[in-house]
Amino acid sequence: MSQVGSFALIVALALSGYSFLGGLYALIRKGPGSAQLSETARRAGIASFVAVFLGALVLVVSAFRNDFSIAYIYQHSNRDLPLPYKFATLWSGQEGSLLFWSLLLSGYGLVLRLRYKTDERLFAHASVVIAAVQVFFLLLLNFAARPFSIMQGNIPADGAGLNPLLQYPEMVIHPPMLYLGYVGFTVPFAFALGALAMRYPGDKWIHITRRWTMVTWGFLTLGIPLGAHWAYNVLGWGGYWGWDPVENASLMPWLTGTAFLHSVMMQEKRGMLKTWNMWLVFTTFMLSIFGTFLTRSGVVNSVHAFAQSSIGDWFVAFLAIILAVCGYLYWKNREHLKSEHQLESMISRESSFLFNNWLFLLICFTVLWGTLFPVLSEWVQGHKVTVGPPFFNNVAVPFALLLLLLTAVGPLLAWRKTSFESLRRNFLWPAIGALAVGIFLVATPAGWGGPFGMRPWADLSYLYALMTAVLGSLVIFTVASEFIRGGRVIAGKTGRGLAGGMVQLAHRNTRRYGGYIVHLGIALICIGVLGTPLNQSSEKEMGFGDKLVVGPYTLVGRSYTQEENPNYSSDIAIMDVYKNGRQIDTLYPESRFYAATQQPQHIPTVRSTLKEDLYVVYEGQNQDTGKPIIKAHLNPLVSWIWIGVLVMVFGTVLALIPNSAPIRATVRDSVSARDAMAHPAPVGAGD
Amino acid sequence: MREFSQHRLRLAGVLCLALTILPAAGDTSARVEKIGHKLICMCGCEQVLLECNHYGCPYLTPESAELTAAVDRGDSESGILQSFVAKYGVTVLAAPTNTGFDRIAWIMPYVALLIGVGSVVLVVRNWRGHPTPAQAAGSGTKGTPDLARFREQARRETDL
Repeated sequence: MSQVGSFALIVALALSGYSFLGGLYALIRKGPGSAQLSETARRAGIASFVAVFLGALVLVVSAFRNDFSIAYIYQHSNRDLPLPYKFATLWSGQEGSLLFWSLLLSGYGLVLRLRYKTDERLFAHASVVIAAVQVFFLLLLNFAARPFSIMQGNIPADGAGLNPLLQYPEMVIHPPMLYLGYVGFTVPFAFALGALAMRYPGDKWIHITRRWTMVTWGFLTLGIPLGAHWAYNVLGWGGYWGWDPVENASLMPWLTGTAFLHSVMMQEKRGMLKTWNMWLVFTTFMLSIFGTFLTRSGVVNSVHAFAQSSIGDWFVAFLAIILAVCGYLYWKNREHLKSEHQLESMISRESSFLFNNWLFLLICFTVLWGTLFPVLSEWVQGHKVTVGPPFFNNVAVPFALLLLLLTAVGPLLAWRKTSFESLRRNFLWPAIGALAVGIFLVATPAGWGGPFGMRPWADLSYLYALMTAVLGSLVIFTVASEFIRGGRVIAGKTGRGLAGGMVQLAHRNTRRYGGYIVHLGIALICIGVLGTPLNQSSEKEMGFGDKLVVGPYTLVGRSYTQEENPNYSSDIAIMDVYKNGRQIDTLYPESRFYAATQQPQHIPTVRSTLKEDLYVVYEGQNQDTGKPIIKAHLNPLVSWIWIGVLVMVFGTVLALIPNSAPIRATVRDSVSARDAMAHPAPVGAGD
Repeated sequence: MREFSQHRLRLAGVLCLALTILPAAGDTSARVEKIGHKLICMCGCEQVLLECNHYGCPYLTPESAELTAAVDRGDSESGILQSFVAKYGVTVLAAPTNTGFDRIAWIMPYVALLIGVGSVVLVVRNWRGHPTPAQAAGSGTKGTPDLARFREQARRETDL
């Protein structure tokens, strides 16, 4: 089997190499026969998908067949590993995840090459860029991180097993989602670089690029929170985001990708920010590669230490080549990227996008700076310092609050110029509502629990939480006011109810209202995050009948039991949960011991409500007393994070659906076009 | 009426003072929680001390016990942090200090903030001072009205 896999990867490299070199030569030469050469390059790119798919298939089948002659399978699987995790072996280690990267890239390349009729020349350029990236990953797979290396000596009877942290259902879907996002950014990058190289006339490429970016951004938007949800449910420390370098690595391309999705509208509608957009796409792709480098190289310490190696130099070289190529092509073709219009007013949609982009980039820089500062510190001072949550919470959070303010304000500003009267009309009620929320949260008694009874003067984190609540509410109210205002107009014209009017409104301009729903999701996530400073926890050795109190809950140790299966044995605590003297639930926190890896693992149990999560961890046993140690966390509002993510995904999907029917603006004869341009209506429009 | 208002004002003042003082009074566990989140568990997991989830971690218990003892003694926060640095090295702190080279870690994001503000202001000033050839030629408002073009521009810019 391993020979088949190795051969498939060599063939894939040859095909990708031909697709790249043949395609590039055809684009440069532009003579007779170049069209045929370009077509063969396209077909070679398609065939490379088949070869990479075969390689991945061989690896998965080897995992299912317990083929421990392959070192990778031995290191990441064992006979008693459940089947879904055997499938997940493909991305559980370095070699496999690089193969998975390559598979997804060839899959994206396949779709792109099959759709080449859209614009043959542009797609040919994009195909060459994708082939070049594919060559890099296949070089890695064939020479630096080979997934089909053979075990030396006797073939072991059983594998070393999969890291227990990865044996959780979300690990079957979180990495693919994240990788679909990471890898997917290659496509916008390919179109951008291709369009720049060929000095593409018009803005069709930006429409294509925006759509691809939105799809891949959607995957990343789902993949990152899935990782947070996995951390919350598996790592057992009661949190979901620890500002770990690998978490940060996934956040950075998301931030620049989000910035691009906003600023690209300036290019589409006003022909502005062409250079900026080009570099945003380049930066997003480079940050995706950089993220993979951080995950794999071990250059920074991370809790994600299960996939480190010494292939960092390859990535550094690749990043340098990308930067050089992008820089050269930009310098050569920079005249092509001149703006068609300029800014006319500081209070306009354009200026809000400028500030929005600047804040996204600032947060991205802060995250990058904090992630790499330990390396810089070691280089300068000779010792590494730790840059953990206190740094990011103190520096990045205030910037994020400014961004939240813009999220509320920006969509209601008109293109070109917004009058103060329009501002007052659009923001008065949302602002009053948001302030009322803030006053309510401060005025209510702290005894109500959750976010109530906030004392922003007592601690900086409370102040941030209150500001998050106020600004998050402002976002929700402005989005709601936009839907209600538009829904009323349609309801008045069509005779439908307000709800029907709002649904039709969203269908008529899916991109704009999908974007609003994404903003709503962001606001809900912020509401979930603002509960963090209010977290409580309590820990105790608990025998039968012992009680542990956390917030309004009392946990009573009813009994303890043990279970065993071929993969792991587990100690389970059976805890009755009481609130106000009444039993409301029974929880089963668990401590597992995996046979193959000989590693223990906590499996927390979570009782989740909209108000708070009761999160209980079986931490082990006291060696002296033999009593189990139970830790309980009370985490307010966490559910809103996961709800917000689903809302964001829904908004993204809606934004990708074509509009149901174009809306025609009627121009009254009595209003001249000149007057209309001189006094633009204060629309609260735009995506 | 005035007396009643003054009474209400005094009452509000007392309430505000009480609300300010009460949370600041903080008990031992709150201080342990606060300082424990400024320290790293030294087992190599790179996690905040009070969030280390390693089964049977050899550092979590002694570090936590030292922290609780120091808080019980009434040591100041800076004194506790310094004693941990003396024992475990500077990596025990969850964030860089605000001294020496480490201060750069805190300053740089704000430097970037200022550079960003400056850049945006410069770009905006430059744009407003130098209209594009299309704008200078009066294609926006002064030329011959071309309804179809205006309609298209309005459609693009308002999304209607």
